[in-house]
Amino acid sequence: MKVFRLGLILFLLLPGAAHAHRAWLLPSATVLSGTESWITVDAAISNELFYFEHHPLQLEDLTITGPDGEKITPQNPATGKYRSTFDIEMKQPGTYKLAVAGSSLFASYEQGGERKRWRGKSEDLDSEIPADAQNLKVTQSQRRLETYATLGAPSEATLKTAGEGLELAPVTHPNDLFEGEEARFKLLLDGEPASNVEVSIVRGGNRYRDSLDEIKLTTEDDGSFAVTWPEPGMYWLQASATDDKTTIDKASERRLGYVATLEVLPE
Amino acid sequence: MRLAVPLGLSIVLASPAVAFEAKLQVEIPQLNVAEYHRPYLAAWIEGADRSVVTTLALWYDLNNPKNEGDKWLKDLRQWWRRVGREITVPIDGVTGATRPPGTHAVGIDVTQLPLAELPEGEYQLVVEAAREVGGRELLKIPFAWPIASPLSLKTQGESELGNVVLELKP
Repeated sequence: MKVFRLGLILFLLLPGAAHAHRAWLLPSATVLSGTESWITVDAAISNELFYFEHHPLQLEDLTITGPDGEKITPQNPATGKYRSTFDIEMKQPGTYKLAVAGSSLFASYEQGGERKRWRGKSEDLDSEIPADAQNLKVTQSQRRLETYATLGAPSEATLKTAGEGLELAPVTHPNDLFEGEEARFKLLLDGEPASNVEVSIVRGGNRYRDSLDEIKLTTEDDGSFAVTWPEPGMYWLQASATDDKTTIDKASERRLGYVATLEVLPE
Repeated sequence: MRLAVPLGLSIVLASPAVAFEAKLQVEIPQLNVAEYHRPYLAAWIEGADRSVVTTLALWYDLNNPKNEGDKWLKDLRQWWRRVGREITVPIDGVTGATRPPGTHAVGIDVTQLPLAELPEGEYQLVVEAAREVGGRELLKIPFAWPIASPLSLKTQGESELGNVVLELKP
């Protein structure tokens, strides 16, 4: 089970921007026309964006929400050596939200003078940490990665945030992003404005350029930040935070991470 | 007869736009490519704030046997963003089948709203073409409304569009 979940756990353990590995969802299209359509989505953890070179992202915590708020079952899910993939049938116009969100724990402790590490789900904490563990430190990791796709006119209902962990509340619609235009977002922590948090934005395709061309921003008092897209492309947006507001009693620290994949179209 | 002149004048002053004529010609270039598909094309008039006044033409694969012609409308990127995603196709008198290379006249019905009562201001004609397995091109012809004398406004495309000519007569 632990091996099976490795993809998610790797993602959950990402400590932040300094870490080389990046987790992402990559939709085949984000702006679609027609009465019905399909998209296919890749999910992976990699160094370069958006290439399959390291590890697949497991799909167990994937949620797809349709424009009417109903959950949609992914079709043809598969996990290979370097990526997972799934399809979404879009039967109604509007904006679809794709999210992989989860919480996991990691613990460090000493047993018989030896330093040990554990990672897993909260329900397994009590049974898997030995009773004679000394200096136990439990850290909760709450991570979310998201992307959006729109068939026809963009809609607002699916942009609603869950109020849990680190999240992005779009002010500019995330499927209405264009080169040279400013887009505004709000970063939220448990539904409240997350101020003074660093946001990192990297355009895909860095295999073919020397510089990462990272855009670094800091959220304002109301959690908001604005970015003017320098070029069209698929962008990876990341933010992380640390606090002590854990939702698990035994955890003393909470590490939060948020990732979005955003497509910016040419004018 | 002498009475008719002031009467005629007063009508013109009350709704000056009714009296004008507009003609649009769009050239689709002949291309020497391995796989050729006729381009999707949209032509529209937008205001200074880039809000769309009206779509003049939309040529796409509307008789696609699999009913998939509208799947590629989003490739007319600007038109899709400004108009397409908010409306339902086909549009009577506006949508039509894709056209072969050559010069085509686009009908502009100036007796219909909103053109019949186009307010004074800066406008531009926009023509956008996107071709399957090919490129995309967008051309603009700015003009100020109303006009005092006949205007023949031209622009020349470089890839997916040829000559575009807008003729306006008061």
